[in-house]
Amino acid sequence: MAELHPDNPYAKDRFADPAKSVEFPPEAKKKFDYILTRYPSKEAALLPTLHLVQETWGWISPEAVHYVSSLLDLSPANVFGVVSFYNMYNQKPVGKYHLQVCTNLSCMIRNAYDIYDDLCDKLKIEPGQTTPDGLFTVTEVECLGSCGTAPVVQVNNDYHEEMDVQKMESLLEKLK
Amino acid sequence: MQPIKILTANIDKPNSTSVDTYVASGGYEDARKALTTMTPDQVVQLVKDSELRGRGGAGFPTGAKWGFVPKNAPRPTYLLCNADESEPGTFKDRVLIEKDPHLLIEGMIIAGYAISSNPMAYIYIRGEFHYGATVLEKALQEARARGFLGKGIFGSNFDFDITVARGAGAYICGEETGLIESIEGHRGQPRVKPPFPAVVGAFGGPTVVQNVETLSCVPLIVKNGADWFKSFGSPKNTGPKLYCVSGAVKKPGVYEFPMGVNLKELIYEHCGGVTGDRKLKAVIPGGGSAPMLLPEEIDIPLNFDALMKAGSMLGSAGIIVIDESMCIVDAAWRLAKFFAHESCGQCTPCREGTNWIETVMDRIERGGGIPADIDLLKDMPENIAGRSLCALGDAACGPALSSINKFTDEFRYHIEHKSCLPGTKRYRRLDRPSHAH
Repeated sequence: MAELHPDNPYAKDRFADPAKSVEFPPEAKKKFDYILTRYPSKEAALLPTLHLVQETWGWISPEAVHYVSSLLDLSPANVFGVVSFYNMYNQKPVGKYHLQVCTNLSCMIRNAYDIYDDLCDKLKIEPGQTTPDGLFTVTEVECLGSCGTAPVVQVNNDYHEEMDVQKMESLLEKLK
Repeated sequence: MQPIKILTANIDKPNSTSVDTYVASGGYEDARKALTTMTPDQVVQLVKDSELRGRGGAGFPTGAKWGFVPKNAPRPTYLLCNADESEPGTFKDRVLIEKDPHLLIEGMIIAGYAISSNPMAYIYIRGEFHYGATVLEKALQEARARGFLGKGIFGSNFDFDITVARGAGAYICGEETGLIESIEGHRGQPRVKPPFPAVVGAFGGPTVVQNVETLSCVPLIVKNGADWFKSFGSPKNTGPKLYCVSGAVKKPGVYEFPMGVNLKELIYEHCGGVTGDRKLKAVIPGGGSAPMLLPEEIDIPLNFDALMKAGSMLGSAGIIVIDESMCIVDAAWRLAKFFAHESCGQCTPCREGTNWIETVMDRIERGGGIPADIDLLKDMPENIAGRSLCALGDAACGPALSSINKFTDEFRYHIEHKSCLPGTKRYRRLDRPSHAH
């Protein structure tokens, strides 16, 4: 059979490896138990649990999908459906610093595309890719709700506001 | 008209997020007043009298919404706060969440009491607002420690607590039934209405979904009365209002005015005018979903009814200013791309239509447009708007149709000359592939 494109949902690495299994470390397990007390059904805890998975491992692996589905009594397909619906869940590992550049209209008017293009050029990667040293991933994202201080770049959880190409380059140096 | 500081009264105080600061200025006294001296029906009536309308986009009368909640429903009633602020150009709720979280919490206590909510309410905050979520978590802990949340608040028999539920990056979860689906742990795909959420919503119970700013108005109404609230703005368009101004203006930011400040005055007097003193080209008055206004149309009060009459909408009051140096096809394409990306994929007209709007705009921008594209774009909204479960398809048509109708010549110039109008600028690089949907 021909090799499948890596983004294809039927690509090999999209299936859980039965030899690998994952489990929350005790600290995360405690958080998970708390999450369950806050919702009237197990299923409703799915989004916060997936956030917890991503906090713990940086992305949501097929093994983690199966783990979450067993924790919440859902089918893996159901969990996968939710993971792939929401932008913030990384379906592949990302770099240590996930650089998310908002390019929506308000940021665009304030030259967000210059930042975005400069990042891709400097790091020699295409949008969505990670640098070979595993440090940076660049993605273009939709409105981050920070239009008054545009342009904005979200690095992991933190907003960096009123950015420009130079500020971005010095931030990049600091992170390296 | 002068700016006011009512909803934003606390945000500049040092330690504005702490419960001590909030209580020092009379905080939580309005919730105490509501819970100990008023019946739930009286609270609903008070909010009805104030003519408060939802600040999230639709402008639906808040008191009426609360009044729809059936009494003695077979399942518990839910109060959900919509903090999924993702409309392009909107950043007002973020200010309230990050700077004055207790005002929102107090508003939720009163709203929860008014609709006889079950003891657990949720704030659905967009996942990207990580900092806002931590501010809220901390504020909730403080409120619990003071007994403002928990069992038998203020000696009444009303139990109430709030959980922060984080979204995960989906604009559609700002739509109220999409939000409900997401709270339940599903993909945020909007539901068929009816039944409306007020009757059957989250977990099968009656549900009220309210925007952050709307809920933040509630303690102020309880404190000062409906007539005070109506003293701001004009009939049916009442209260203090936060306006977000962004794009090509000298002083972007969140401005508070009585509802109905003049758009022209806001841009030129309060925001310092257009960047670089360039000429104005267009204004989007209500977030990315609102049809554009031309410079000659902006002498208009920013309220629900006046903008609707002008063929646009107040929406979330996200005002995006576009100056003459911007290529309008590029601007319209960017919004089209947003809606194509955010369509949940459930209804065919929206899923396909939003992608087609983006594709056709993109090919015009790239010089590959054909003369028939103009009519094609004008015709598309016919087949999208009103043909899907929620308003996202309609929203996508707002900026697209208004830009092509109001700037037909500029679109035509692109098709004939395969380049932008002289003096206008394209901001993106065409050789970089746009991110996959």
